[in-house]
Amino acid sequence: MAATAPRPTTRKRPADVSHRRAAGRRDRVQWKGYLYALPALTVLTVFLLVPLGQLVRISLYHWDGLSASTWAGLANYTEIARDPQLRASFGHSFVLIFFFALVPIALALVLAAVTTRAARLRGVSVFRAVIFLPQVVAMVVTATAWTAVYAPEGVLNQALNAIGLESVGRSWLGDFGTALPAVGLIGTWLEIGLCLVLFIAGIGQIPRELYEAAKVDGAGAVREFFAVTLPGLRGQITVALTLTVIAALRTFDLVYVATHGGPGNATSLPAFEVYNRAFNTGQVGSACAIAVVLTGVILLLTFLITKLQPEDDES
Amino acid sequence: MSDRTRLARPRHLATAVLAVACLAAAAACAPGPSGGSPKSAAKSNASPVSTDPATAGKVTLTEWDQNTDTGTNASTAALNKAFMEKYPNVTIKRVSRSFSDLKTTLKLALSSDSPPDVVQANQGYPDMGAFVKAQLLQPVDRYAKAYGWNTAFPSQLLDLNKFSPDGKTWKTGSLYGVSQTGEIVGVFYNRAKLKSLGLTAPTTLAQFETALAKAKASGLLPISYGDSDKSPGIHIFGVVQAATAGKEEVRGLVFNDGDAKWTDAGTVKAGQTLRDWATKGYLSPGFNGQSGDQAAAAFAQGKSLFLVDGTWQAATLAPKMGKNAGFTALSPSAGASPLTQGGEGLAWAVTSKSEHPDVAAAYINFLVDQNGMRVSADNGNLPALPPADYKPAAGTVQADVLDQWKAVSQKDGLLPYLDYTTPTFYDTLTAALQELTAGQLTPQKFGETLQSDYSSFQQSK
Repeated sequence: MAATAPRPTTRKRPADVSHRRAAGRRDRVQWKGYLYALPALTVLTVFLLVPLGQLVRISLYHWDGLSASTWAGLANYTEIARDPQLRASFGHSFVLIFFFALVPIALALVLAAVTTRAARLRGVSVFRAVIFLPQVVAMVVTATAWTAVYAPEGVLNQALNAIGLESVGRSWLGDFGTALPAVGLIGTWLEIGLCLVLFIAGIGQIPRELYEAAKVDGAGAVREFFAVTLPGLRGQITVALTLTVIAALRTFDLVYVATHGGPGNATSLPAFEVYNRAFNTGQVGSACAIAVVLTGVILLLTFLITKLQPEDDES
Repeated sequence: MSDRTRLARPRHLATAVLAVACLAAAAACAPGPSGGSPKSAAKSNASPVSTDPATAGKVTLTEWDQNTDTGTNASTAALNKAFMEKYPNVTIKRVSRSFSDLKTTLKLALSSDSPPDVVQANQGYPDMGAFVKAQLLQPVDRYAKAYGWNTAFPSQLLDLNKFSPDGKTWKTGSLYGVSQTGEIVGVFYNRAKLKSLGLTAPTTLAQFETALAKAKASGLLPISYGDSDKSPGIHIFGVVQAATAGKEEVRGLVFNDGDAKWTDAGTVKAGQTLRDWATKGYLSPGFNGQSGDQAAAAFAQGKSLFLVDGTWQAATLAPKMGKNAGFTALSPSAGASPLTQGGEGLAWAVTSKSEHPDVAAAYINFLVDQNGMRVSADNGNLPALPPADYKPAAGTVQADVLDQWKAVSQKDGLLPYLDYTTPTFYDTLTAALQELTAGQLTPQKFGETLQSDYSSFQQSK
């Protein structure tokens, strides 16, 4: 496994060579290549690009989903900027990024570093499967189970009562102060397994010699983590960050099942607003505009995250 | 293989394709049907009504309903079976979904090329109004005449299913359906606990509040309340508002006539009252984090004195509580007739594109005629038109429900559900109620929030 470690210099040179070599006959190769890409491109166009175009088009109209629509121009977009409730819903999804992405990645890094120090762990595959389980369980099930945990007479409050913390207990999903963090912590629980599995696999690919060298140089556990493990996991961290940030931004089912965006609008999220406006309140144009903005935000953040990735790591 | 230039070219191509696809889609015509051209089958509206489905030849009738709970499910299944036995040439295809699933999928189904023939449409602007506006439902006036619905139903119930042809004015114009069941929101009480507190069933808001205080003082939870699914808030608020604002004002607000405002004293006072109940601990602790079903279950287990909910809960409570459950509707003052939110079940309507409107109407009549009402009652439901000989056993919650329904519906005491007000009012009201009861909004601000939704709908009409 140590042999697969990417070395920046060895990778770059052949790329430059092929670049020069291909220059002369680029055109012929190119068109043939497109022919191979055609089936994939057709599927992509029919099922992704055309609907995306329709989404953009509908977002420029006032439409109740049934009767004739009227031209709205950018009114649906300016509404997003003006409506405090919609702006708040985007704000909430950034809070969720903290719980869905930053917390799980930080925790998973620590856990991964600790578990890999135990050189030979018995039943490590069972352990991995268990930790990955939240990702496998359907979100509706997860949300329902957590709703029971957070309920006024739920497991969490019972546990708090048992250790004499009655005063802390509350209706976690019904309290304006705790509802959003409570939803966020469900996300933390969900994503931590994914991050951990990614990181454990990543650490496996870091050359053992680096750890031995660190040991020879007298590095302790903390020093070793920052000097060897963390830099070695840059690629995995980027992947984890991309997946979890997208999961945070497009969260819908969790809120739909657990809180309906409540209490008040304390846990309303853009994706939930899209659903609600399109299917419940007959504001399809506005729903599409929110969807377009949400797509834009996700694309932008994903783009920024890829900038974190090491330049040469294109795999 | 990692040739930068070759990788870069397709990226340009993808951008180009994306742009072209977006442009092509954007250049196409506006979403939705172009205005003006009515696509309803005008021919069928002109032809004479045939009230005998047996002569219609082989027909498959598709109906969509929301009768998923025990009582309504049983009565619908029984009536569908009976109809097919009576008319062997007709096959009924039933699609049954929960209320919220029906609400979201019905729009899509109706606007498709082959919609169901008979659907249950919710009253009010957001649903029936929008369907009428898009010409997806056909008027049933001629069937109402043929089957005598106009005389069988009180005008109060018929009006709720009427719309102007443009879908902009409610309660006037053509009839678009009839309902099989009735429903009102009121106060369920625990007979034994009420008696042990030395109280009788409250009939006014003042008596109700006295009972709440007494229960609280004795250490009993006054009202089981759970609002995490957001709709129960409308019911409890509506019961209070009916008493504090009165019937003219509430009707004016919801039906958009007169110059009543949501910031008027009656509504603000209702908000204040509900807010006080929350602060005084009259409602279940952590109510915004528990569901309405959990609250109903807690009431059924005897954990509280009252439950403010609709008559549809009776079928669930009766088996668990027996004769210990009672039901009452509140009056604004002693001696006045009860006044509360309610109305009728979703209207059974005929779609515009139905190929067999006559059979569809005959089927609807089968559901709402005397026999239909009896089958509905036999399965534990509250029929909109209770048969004269329908008498639930005395002392049961069903007997209370029937008495109150008669008192309310025959003495002009029905008030519309508040979420009928505007297409977005359900969201606005339920969120504002959670904020009000949690102390995030003052009663005054609460009224302003509702009024701002109301006025923006008035302007957009």
